[in-house]
Order: sequence, then C-alpha cells, then structure tokens
Amino acid sequence: MWNGKLGVGKLGIDVKLYAAVEDVAIHFHLLHARDEERVQQHMLNPNTGEVREADQIQKGYEVQRGTFVLLSPAELAKLAPAPSKSIELYAFVPASQLTPVWYERPYHVGPSGKSPEYFALARVLSERGLVGLARWVMRKHAYHGALRAHGDYLTLSTLHSAEEVVAAPRVAPASRAADAKELAMAEQLVEALAGEFDPAEFKDEHRERVLELIQAKARGKKLKLPPRPRARAAKPLASALERSLKMVQRQQHGKERLSA
Amino acid sequence: MPDSEVREETRARSFWSGTLSFGLVSIPVDLLPAHRSAEGSLRMLDRDGTPLVRRYFCPSEEKQLESEELVHGYELGSGKVVVVTDEELEALAPKKSREIDLRRFVDRDSIDPLYFERSYFLVPGADSSKAYRLLCEVMERSGRAGIATFVMREKEYLIAIFAEGGLLRAETLRFADEVRSSADVGLPKRVTPDPRTLDKVRRAVAGLEQRKFSARELSDPHEPLRKLAQQKYRSKRDVVRAGESQAEAGGEIIDLMEVLRRSLAESGLTGKGSKRAAPRRKRTAHG
Repeated sequence: MWNGKLGVGKLGIDVKLYAAVEDVAIHFHLLHARDEERVQQHMLNPNTGEVREADQIQKGYEVQRGTFVLLSPAELAKLAPAPSKSIELYAFVPASQLTPVWYERPYHVGPSGKSPEYFALARVLSERGLVGLARWVMRKHAYHGALRAHGDYLTLSTLHSAEEVVAAPRVAPASRAADAKELAMAEQLVEALAGEFDPAEFKDEHRERVLELIQAKARGKKLKLPPRPRARAAKPLASALERSLKMVQRQQHGKERLSA
Repeated sequence: MPDSEVREETRARSFWSGTLSFGLVSIPVDLLPAHRSAEGSLRMLDRDGTPLVRRYFCPSEEKQLESEELVHGYELGSGKVVVVTDEELEALAPKKSREIDLRRFVDRDSIDPLYFERSYFLVPGADSSKAYRLLCEVMERSGRAGIATFVMREKEYLIAIFAEGGLLRAETLRFADEVRSSADVGLPKRVTPDPRTLDKVRRAVAGLEQRKFSARELSDPHEPLRKLAQQKYRSKRDVVRAGESQAEAGGEIIDLMEVLRRSLAESGLTGKGSKRAAPRRKRTAHG
C-alpha cells in the first residue's frame, strides 16, 4: 500500500494505492545438487576469475558495445526523482484513445477516509468515458499512468513509455476481397461462438502441474506426464467456413436438447 | 547510429509462427512483440572496466557451480525443502503447439483492463492475407474480441485478440487468481457525492480535457541517465572500454563457426549443414 494525493487542477484528493496483481508465481531457491545447500551469488570477473565484492564494483552505462561510462553513486543518487506524494493528472482523454498496448501494471486506488471528491471523480470519469493521464514518483521511480473508473472506484495503471512501445506493423491489403457469401458465413460463425468472458474458467494449468509435482514429491510419489495435444490441417476458406458453421450449429443443437 | 539498427531488427523479428484457427479455418500468422525494453540498465564492472558476470557458489564447499550442478528447491510451509530438477520441470512444460484456437468471441469492452498483461501483433503469414482480412473485418464490425489459449516458449497463455484498423493484436491476460478485485483489497464503502462536489470535480476534469492522447507525453524515465552518460562520453570523462572477455570470446567463436558453416552451405561448397540450427545453448537454472 502507498499513500498519495491525486492532483486534479486545484483539487487534491487523498488516496491509497493497492497492488491489483497478486504474485502467484512458484518461487524456487537454487540449490547445489550434491549437498542441497542453498547457493550464494557472487559477481565474478570472467577474465581473472576473481570474485568482486560490493565496494569493488563500479556501475557503468553502455554507450556503445563494449564501451561504458562510469557513474558514481553520488551521480546516480542525483538522478533519482525527488520523492513526492502527488499523483499529478495532466490530462483527461476519451478512454478509447488509450489501447491496452500501453498498460503495464494496475493498482486499485482507494479513498483515504470518507472522500466525496474521490467518488465524484470515479463517477465523472465513468459518465464521460474518460481516462486521466498521470505522472508520479513512487518508491524512487517516476511513473506514467492511466486513471480509470472501475465500478464506483478508481484504478491506476502504470503505462509503458513511448520508447517501449513498438509501432504497429503495416498489413498489406488482400489481393482479393472476401465475397459476400464468405463474409456472411464468417459473421455467422463469430456469432455462433459468441459468449461471455469469465476469467474464472481459465486456469494456469502449468503452474498447477508444478505444484502437484512438488506436493507429490513431498509425499515421496512420482507423477505421470501430461498427454500431447493434436494438430490440424488447413482447408480452403469457403468450405472450411461452411463446415465450421455446421459443426458449431450441431454442437449447439445437441446442447439445447440436453438441457431441454 | 548502429544502436537504432539493432532495435529495428528486434522489432521486425517474429518469435512465434503458427496458425490462428477459428472453426476449421486456419490462418498462418506471425507474432511480433509490441514492447521492447527501453535502455537504461546499468552494468556492474570491475575496476578495469570488465563487465562482471553472476556466478553461483556452494558456501560449504566454497566452489563455483556450473548450471548442471544446480537444482531447484521449494520450501514448504513446514520448512521442509522439496528438490525439483530441470528435467522434471521440462517434462511438465506444455507441449509445443503451433496453434491459437479461437474458441469464443466476447464483447470487446467486457474484458476488465486489469487482466491485460502484454501485447503482441499478429501479422498474416504466408498466403493468409484473405482469411486474415476477413476475420479482422468481421471482428471489427461485431465489436468482439476472440478468446484463446496458446503455448509460447514453454508457457501457456490466455489471450484476447482484438482487431483494430485491419490489424490483429493479442493481449496476454492474467489468470483470475493473479488479479485482486476491489473487494479483495477491501476498499471503504461507497459514499454518495453531493451535487456541489460533483460539480466541482466535473469542472476540474473539464479544465484538463483533451480530445487526443499523445504518446509523446510518455517520456522514458531513463532519459536523465542516458543524457548524463552521453554527456560524459562526449567530454571523455570516466569512459572505459571492456577488455576482451574470455567467457564471451568463447561464445563468439561458436557463433562465428556457425556463420561460416552456413555461408559455406549457402555458397554450395558443401552439401551438409545448411539446415543445421545454431548449437542450442545449455539451459541454465538461473535463466
């Protein structure tokens, strides 16, 4: 959790930031296989084989391959942005302007105490379909972010810098446009496969398998290997669309009969 | 500037090629990352400017360990450690697959942005232009995004595919247990804002309203570091050149051999080796 203040023009709204992403990764320690001792990491000069301790290590920025400019701890400290509690909103733009490409890491933003301004801001953003663009410094890092309405509340997502986002590639137009029949069939197929997105339906099966392995080994057991998925061959477009439609319709018909 | 060439190259390279299938229609596609890491990382150097490398040591035997000598240890709540090997983890990795199976189409605005993790562009592969355009057009018209799972670099991903301006883009999605809802966080109860406050906030927002988003505002946070380094470089202050690293030189020789072998194969001087891939680097436990 981090305490800050949303600055919207002359308004200041006290808020708290909460990570919206949970670290569920399986963390391992590295061990020496022979004695199962936890390993230590050291920095080594590959030419001399000598281990270097922290006070012998210099930091360098690579300006060209193999050429470094040394930067002293004092110089680096001076570069760190000044600590601040202010999350400055410098613009509000239509939400559709910001594609997901920019999003990096989301935070929930909560009001600090009873704050009618906080809920008013969430409501205004939601009603007007706007996102706020913000800048702030948190734990010695400067961030860009997008402030969005999320139900009655607000979320703030850090954004990638312009440097980090690659320009969209250009796709050459098709040599022949799809005909009306193909278009209609593709549309029907999309509609036949239409549904809701429910994140709870999907699981990280790989992570689950690794956890199962760990638990099985803890009990002194062995695990079976998972089966291989099948591959599929390509088919001409129109006939593939037609057959897909029939397949999907058949499946749905079957489902209806089952539930009837 | 040679630097910008390298970046162009990373941008053009596809690291996953396969088919996007929708019903029985298969569309060959290449996946390109929409992100690259900005420069700004500092290297640790020895006094003579040699870049240091991270190595693992066994504290009781006081010796340096090679990657083959390492295993993973998972600490259970009881404090007991379960040992897991690279081989075991490899056996559990999802099998390589060259297919993205679009199984469902959902309202594109129904996906909570908290789920978005990373973006990739999906560009048409060989001879898939027509089917690709057809799918794009239909998805854009219907306002739907496609949901699929697929395997890339030994990991299974959940993705949402969006069509925008004739281009398909895949957003990898976080799994449900990776995202905390506002209820999980325990945000305070909602307060109904009074009309005066609403009006005040509305005016403050309107004062900062813009029609368009400009990426130029999203400056690189490493810019000050880069500027300082370039400025010192130009005035020749604290510049060091790394001596030839033996470890790296070894790696270079392998690459050079491979390049020579390929050049020979392509020139027709030898019939062998043209299809041979570069020697696979040993997988290290520390990645």
